Amino acid sequence: MNPPPFPETEEQEPVFSDMGDGDSDEGEDIFLGSSPSVPQPNIKAEPTDLFGEQEARSAAPDLGTDGNSNGVHSDDDNDLFSDAHVELPTEKASGSAASGPRPAATFGPGTTDMQSKSMEQLEEEEAKDTFDVDVAVTNPEKVGDGMHAYMAYRVSTKSTLPMFRNKAFSVRRRFSDFLGLYEKLSVKQSLHGCIIPSPPEKSVVGMTKVKVGKDDPSSVEFVERRRAALERYIQRVVAHPLLLQDPDVREFLERDELPRAVNTQALSGAGFLKMINKASDAVNKMTIKMNESDTWFEDKFQEVETEEQQLRKLHIVVDSLVNHRKELCGSTAVFAKSMAMLGNSEDNTALSRALSQLAEVEDKMEQLHQEQAASDFFILAELLADYIRLLGTVRGCFGQRMRAWQRWQEAQSTLQRKREAEAKLLWANKPDKLQQAKEDITEWESRVTQYERDFDRISVTVRKEVLRFEKEKAKDFKIQIFKYLESMLQSQQRLIKFWEAFLPEAKAIA
Amino acid sequence: MEEDKTGTSSTLSVSATSIKVTEVSKDGDALTFIIVSQKLSGTGEYHVDRTYEDFEWLQQHLFSLEDVPGIQGIIFPPLPAKAQLNPSAKLVKQLGLLATGENWMLYCKALEAYLQQVAAHNTLNKTKDLETFLTSAEPPGRQKVKKGIFNRLSQAVEGIRKEGHKDVDEFFKTERDHNFTLTGFSKTAAERFLEVVLTEQKIAMACGHFAASLQLCVEAGEDPDMQTFSKMCVKISEVMVSMKSNVQKVAENNVSTLGLGLDLESRYQEAEKEMLFRRTCKLVELETASRNAERAKPVKKAAMDEIKRAAEKDFDHTSGVAKQEIARFQRARVDVLRQALIQWCEQQLLTAKDSAELYKQHLQAFRGPASSDPSS
Repeated sequence: MNPPPFPETEEQEPVFSDMGDGDSDEGEDIFLGSSPSVPQPNIKAEPTDLFGEQEARSAAPDLGTDGNSNGVHSDDDNDLFSDAHVELPTEKASGSAASGPRPAATFGPGTTDMQSKSMEQLEEEEAKDTFDVDVAVTNPEKVGDGMHAYMAYRVSTKSTLPMFRNKAFSVRRRFSDFLGLYEKLSVKQSLHGCIIPSPPEKSVVGMTKVKVGKDDPSSVEFVERRRAALERYIQRVVAHPLLLQDPDVREFLERDELPRAVNTQALSGAGFLKMINKASDAVNKMTIKMNESDTWFEDKFQEVETEEQQLRKLHIVVDSLVNHRKELCGSTAVFAKSMAMLGNSEDNTALSRALSQLAEVEDKMEQLHQEQAASDFFILAELLADYIRLLGTVRGCFGQRMRAWQRWQEAQSTLQRKREAEAKLLWANKPDKLQQAKEDITEWESRVTQYERDFDRISVTVRKEVLRFEKEKAKDFKIQIFKYLESMLQSQQRLIKFWEAFLPEAKAIA
Repeated sequence: MEEDKTGTSSTLSVSATSIKVTEVSKDGDALTFIIVSQKLSGTGEYHVDRTYEDFEWLQQHLFSLEDVPGIQGIIFPPLPAKAQLNPSAKLVKQLGLLATGENWMLYCKALEAYLQQVAAHNTLNKTKDLETFLTSAEPPGRQKVKKGIFNRLSQAVEGIRKEGHKDVDEFFKTERDHNFTLTGFSKTAAERFLEVVLTEQKIAMACGHFAASLQLCVEAGEDPDMQTFSKMCVKISEVMVSMKSNVQKVAENNVSTLGLGLDLESRYQEAEKEMLFRRTCKLVELETASRNAERAKPVKKAAMDEIKRAAEKDFDHTSGVAKQEIARFQRARVDVLRQALIQWCEQQLLTAKDSAELYKQHLQAFRGPASSDPSS
């Protein structure tokens, strides 16, 4: 029996928008158990795993104690630069095989002392257990009425970092605030080449239902899905050492009232994808062929593209699994009802009792299936979806590097032209124009130097970011899979209890 | 061969509970079933091969047993619908749960139940036809069923409106109502259980797809972070394979225990319904004959009275047999359901325990060597 062919890749739409159709008279929500806000499966409802685990574990990102008052690396470009430079050999030392020789960028000798000091520090930091920021997104609440209504979420932060005013605080934010943060971060020159996590996508369908005030299961699920996605988004942001220092991020976490973000048009689902593809297209459509002295970037880009495709395929499969589980909930509930009716009509007392018990067992199993579907979705499907988007962002970073390279190349061409122009002028003997030409050359010479530096810097950043990203990804997946396995085990254990309770009932039939 | 003279004194030479339908072989579109039964005296067993037409032959001959007063009061063990290789959608729907088992194993079990029920029935098991069916090396005559016999006992088309005819007996009135309810509910329950099983099969397939897709993500290479990721994909794939086989086993358990039980219950309730209907038809006959006898002109009176007496006798015999059959049926069905429920529960419990153990091992393997190494 051959598996059916994979359907076309599609944009991520809320999985639940058609859920309501199936069991219309059930009115039962698949994802809300008895707890009001967090229908996640029987795992402790702590703000994500990424955090909880990191607190317990290792491989802390580079929050250093280099003596600065805010406890974090300074914003100084030079420090950033040399740190980035130094970290590569560190990573070599700790066992991750560097995928190639050092990047093309070279630095002045003055940094050698700094190198060894920072290397030690960084090695120390890698081994440290602490991760000092804990963020959660909770309590979605509808504010206002009708089409101008919106959901507000509570963003709570706990931190021992001195850069925050308090140790624990919370603010209310709306969806557009999260988008606005991303918008601000993604245009910063200082963060160029960084893998900036992206927020969940806009959804007109989902939000309209919520605004209109429908309290049906699919709206509730939509809100929960969004809340969880926003939480993972902001947690990834604060997990990034550079982003954590960013004043906009701090403002997002701390400031009571945030000015309304306006430029979020570009960040609808389709808009985001377009942005990414435009950036990564730069890599593919190069007018001037780049001669990479080191194939690391080409190879990595290829890997990233391949992986993104693979995850997309996986996501489709997991989606189908989630849907079938939901179907199973429905058919189990319906079956339970018919067994209850059979039990009620049964004359034989013991048989009647057993059949009614059977109906109850099936009801409990329906609950179990709901939780398993939630597991499938929140642990697996959303994980894949997040990483598909993140990989897109990574592609975008490569694109940014490419653009930086192009800018440098174009500046070199321009400089060449200016020099030729000067030569011509020398020959033609036009002294006043010559002065202008000389000034032009000076300007473009400095530009060339600047752009070359920019390119080197972004190359280093991209490389460092990708390595960090891969580490985080491996860890993230491991944590999620572990959670999933635990939930699978728990389901079986509960099933065992159900069956053990039912057996005597069946045996009692006479 | 025409209708056999059915001797009432012949006894079955094999043990009813030992009858097994052990195999099915495919011959073109047709299925052939191997039936094994143990001799009652001495050791030894009979092996015969039969097609569905042979089963039909048997059923028809049971319907047309002679010298059994009140035969229409018998609840005939129900024969499942004919199974075919490459069944049409309509047939699949008709067969319901019986079409889901692997290699028609479930269907074989249903045929087996049928034979055991016939062999255990004190009136039906006396026919030579059953003995021939179970023991003769030659297939019993495989001709087309004679229409006449068939119609004598099944619901005639014009009889449908008789179904609601009021009863004279409180016992039967209650039984008819009760049977009506149970027939509906048990059929629904069986259909809905089938839906559950089909969805479980879909989930198993999706797990399989997931496992296969994960294998495609495995990359060769030296980069340790890529390696970690690849190793993880392999592990998740293994987990998914476990999950797939768990769900498959759950579906199998469902179908082979409770599914079979519900299917049998549903078909047996239908069989009772047919019997009750036949009796109701007899009642109508009797009432008609009584009215005719009352209104008969003196010239015809004696003849009409005779008809009425015959109808009355027939009806009484039928009702008598029916009462016994109903009592027997009530006991038997409780037994069947009890068995089904116990087996279902035991098998699912075992499967759940096995799966829990397997998942525990996966968790261990997952935690295991990597847990002390922070960077992997």
